[in-house]
Amino acid sequence: MRSITKRFPGVLANDAVDFEARRGEVHALLGENGAGKSTLASILTGLYRPDSGEIAIDGKTVEFHSPRDATAAGVSMVHQHFRLAASLTVADNIVLGYKGTPWLRTNPATIEAQVSELARRYRMPVRPDARVWQLSVGEQQRVEILKALYRGARILILDEPTSLLTPQEAEDLFETLRRMTAEGRTIVFVSHKLDELMAISDRVTVLRGGKLIGTANTRETDQRALARMMIGREVVFTQAKQSHDATDDIALELKGVSARDDLGLQALHDVSLSVHHGEIVGVAGVAGNGQRQLAEAISGARPRTVGEVVVKQRKLRSGDPEHAVLNGVAYIPEDRMDTGVSPSLSIAENLVLKSHRRAPISTHGVLRHDRILRNARELIKRFAISAPGPDTPARRLSGGNVQKVVLARELSSSPEVIVAANPTRGLDVGATEAVRSLLLEAAGRGVGILLISEDLDEILLLADRIAVMYEGRIVGVVHRSTADIQHLGLMMAGASA
Amino acid sequence: MAATAVVLLAAGKDPIATYARLFDRAFIEPGSLSNTMITATPLLLTGLAAAAAFRMRLWNIGAEGQLYLGAVGASGAGLLLRDQSGAVIIAGMIAGGLLFGAGWAVIPGLLKAYFNTNEIITTLMLNYVAGLFLTYLIFGSRSFWRDLSTFSARAFPQGKPLPAAAMWPSFDLNLVVLPFGFVLGVLAAGLLWWLYRSTIFGLQARILGDSQSAARYAGVKTRRVVVTMMALSGALAGLGGASEIGDFRHVLDPRGLQQAGLGYAGIVVAALGRYNPFAVVLVAFLLGGLANAGYSLQGPGFPAGLVGVLQGMILFFALGGELLIHYRISLPLPFGERGLSRQ
Repeated sequence: MRSITKRFPGVLANDAVDFEARRGEVHALLGENGAGKSTLASILTGLYRPDSGEIAIDGKTVEFHSPRDATAAGVSMVHQHFRLAASLTVADNIVLGYKGTPWLRTNPATIEAQVSELARRYRMPVRPDARVWQLSVGEQQRVEILKALYRGARILILDEPTSLLTPQEAEDLFETLRRMTAEGRTIVFVSHKLDELMAISDRVTVLRGGKLIGTANTRETDQRALARMMIGREVVFTQAKQSHDATDDIALELKGVSARDDLGLQALHDVSLSVHHGEIVGVAGVAGNGQRQLAEAISGARPRTVGEVVVKQRKLRSGDPEHAVLNGVAYIPEDRMDTGVSPSLSIAENLVLKSHRRAPISTHGVLRHDRILRNARELIKRFAISAPGPDTPARRLSGGNVQKVVLARELSSSPEVIVAANPTRGLDVGATEAVRSLLLEAAGRGVGILLISEDLDEILLLADRIAVMYEGRIVGVVHRSTADIQHLGLMMAGASA
Repeated sequence: MAATAVVLLAAGKDPIATYARLFDRAFIEPGSLSNTMITATPLLLTGLAAAAAFRMRLWNIGAEGQLYLGAVGASGAGLLLRDQSGAVIIAGMIAGGLLFGAGWAVIPGLLKAYFNTNEIITTLMLNYVAGLFLTYLIFGSRSFWRDLSTFSARAFPQGKPLPAAAMWPSFDLNLVVLPFGFVLGVLAAGLLWWLYRSTIFGLQARILGDSQSAARYAGVKTRRVVVTMMALSGALAGLGGASEIGDFRHVLDPRGLQQAGLGYAGIVVAALGRYNPFAVVLVAFLLGGLANAGYSLQGPGFPAGLVGVLQGMILFFALGGELLIHYRISLPLPFGERGLSRQ
C-alpha cells in the first residue's frame, strides 16, 4: 500500500501511509484508538476506497470496489466482532455469500467434508454441522478464519483477534497463524497489546494520529520502544500496586450471593468473597461468566435471588441501587457510554446522576442548577476532564473522558467500596494510565476495590488477590505473589484447579 | 408549497391568491385571530400532552381517548355542581378533566411499567374504547350525561347542556379574544418546561428517556416515573377535553369530539414543536390558523376536499422537511455506524 490517504468529514484518518507486508510474515499493525489502523485495514479489504494512493498485490496494482473484489484477490479480514449467522451451521456460514457456491444448496456433506479437511490441516477443531450459537467465542473465531481460508485467502487481516480469548485459546490461535505463514500466507495482525505482538509478529508498523510512525523488526525492538512510538512519549508501565498488609477491616463481604441474568437463567451461583479496606481484589474470567451479574448484584442494579451483601456491617437491600449508594458503594459499570452516563445529558447532569435526589444538589424536589454547575466545574478541574464545558453532552466526549466523568462522580462520593467492571477496556494507553492511578490512589486511601476485568495483565498489575470466575462461580482465589498465568488461564477455561 | 401549488393549478385555482387568502383568513381579517385561538386551544393542550410523554420516549398516542374521558369528567363535574357558583363549577370541571384524563392514561402506564406492554398499542386501543364509551353514554344508555328532559331529546339523543355558569371566561385583549383554555395551556407549557428542566422528576424522566440502563444504574424508580408521566400526559389531554366542554361545546357531544380528532392532531403539533413546550404553543397557534383558514376557504367553487388536501400537504411537507433538516445521509460508512445517523 503506497501513500494511502483517507479523509472523513473533519478527520484525516490516514495521511499518506505506506504499508508493506511480505509473503509469509506476521505483520503487526499497532496504534492507539483512532490512530487509523481500522481505516487502513478497511481500505485493504475494499470496504473503503482511498482518496489517494494505491494498493499493489504481488507487484500488480489493484483497485478494490467492494470487499468482494478484495476476496477475489485473496484478501480477507476477520473482524473483532464476528459476522456470523448464529442460527446456521458452521458449514453454511463458511459458504454463505461466496460466489463459488451454487444457488441451490450443494450436498451439505461435501461442504462439511471440505471444512473438516481445512480444520484438520490448520489444527482448528470445530464441528462443521454445529450451529454457530452453540460455539464458544474461540470456536466462532476459528469459523471466521476457516471462512477466509475456504475463500482462498492469501492475505488475512485479524482485527484485535485475542481480545475475547483466554490465554490458552490465544496460544492455539498463534499456532494456527504460524502454520498459515509457513505456507506462505501473510497475516496482518491489528492490535494494541504489546506483549502479544512481541510474541507473534515478525515486523511491526506503528500508526499515530493517522500518520505512519515507522516499521520495525520485532526482534530488534522492545515493548518500551514500541509504546513510545505509539504514544509519542515515555510511558510509565510501573503502575503496579504496592503490596501492603491488608487491614483486617472488611469493606465488602458477599455471602452466598446468587442472581439470574436477563433471560431468567441463573448466572451467579453462591458467590462468597470479601474485600478488605485498602485492598484490590481482582475478578478474572472470560467474558460472560457472571461478572456483569456479580457487579450488578453488589451495586443493587440487579436483584439477588439469595445471599447477602454486607458493607459497614449493614446488609444492602437487594435490587436497590440507591441503598447501595447511600452505604458507600461506588460502581463503575462496564458499559460506560450507555450505563455509566446518560449520553444525551450534559456532563454537569451526569456528574449528579446519583446525588440529584439529595441536598445540596436538590431541595424539595427542585434541582439547584447553580450547585450542579459549581460541582461540575470543580470535578472537571480536579479530574482533568477535557471538554468544551459542563454543558457538553456526554456522548460528545471520547471514551477516556467519559470514564473520567464516571470516576469523578463515583470517587467524589467518598465511597467505602468501589466495584469497577472493565474500567480500562477500549481506552488508549494514556487514559488507561489515568484510570489505573485513580483506582490505586483510592485504594491507598483505604477504599476496598473489587476490580472485575477481562484483562489478566491488568489484574496481575493491580490486584492483591485474584478470584477466578467460571460459569457464575468463584473457582479459586489466589494471592498475587503466588499467581501463575498458566494456572489462572486453566481456571478461567473451567479446568479444575 | 410548490407541490401544493401544482395541485391548486390542477384544480383550476390561482395558487398565489389562495395562499394570500389563507393567510388573510387565518391571522389578518377581523375576528379571524380569535377564531384561530379557538381552534388552537385543544391542539395546544393535546400537543403538550404528547410532548410531555414523547420527550422521554414514552409513546402515548392516547391523547384522543384521554381527551374524551376528560370531556366526560369535566361535563360530569359541571352537571353535578350546577347549583354552585361559577368559580366552583369551573374549578370542578378542570379537576374532573385532569383526573379522568390522568386516570385513563394510568391504565396503559401501569401495563407498561409492570408488564412491559407496548404503550403504542395499548393507548391506541384504549382510544377506541374511550370513543365507544362516549357514544354509549349518550346514545346507548340513560346515563347521567344524557339529556332526557324533552321528547325530542329522547328521540334524538344528545348530552345534557351545562348551566350558563359553567361557561369558561375568555379574555378580550381588543386585538384577540383568548379562551380560558388557551391561557391554561400556556401556563401548562411553562410548568412543563420547568418540570423537565428543574425538578428531580424531570431529570429522571430525561435520564430514562435517554438510556434505560443508565436510569437503573442511577437508582431511578423507573416504574414510578413511567406511571407518573403517563398520568401527567393524560391529565393534559383531559384538560383539553375539559376546555372543549367549558370553552366551546357546553355539552358532551360524542360525534363532534370524535370527528375532530384533536388527540391525533396533538401528536403532529408535538412533533413539529420538537417536544419543546414553548414551540408547541407556537405550532398550535400556526396550525390553528391553517385549520381555521381552511374552514373559511371552502364554499362554492372551493370544495372541502381540496381544503383537506391542501392542509394535508402542508403538514406533510412541514414534517418531511423537519425530518430532512435533522437527518443527514453520510456516505462512506465507518463500519458499525449506521448510514442514516441522527445528529
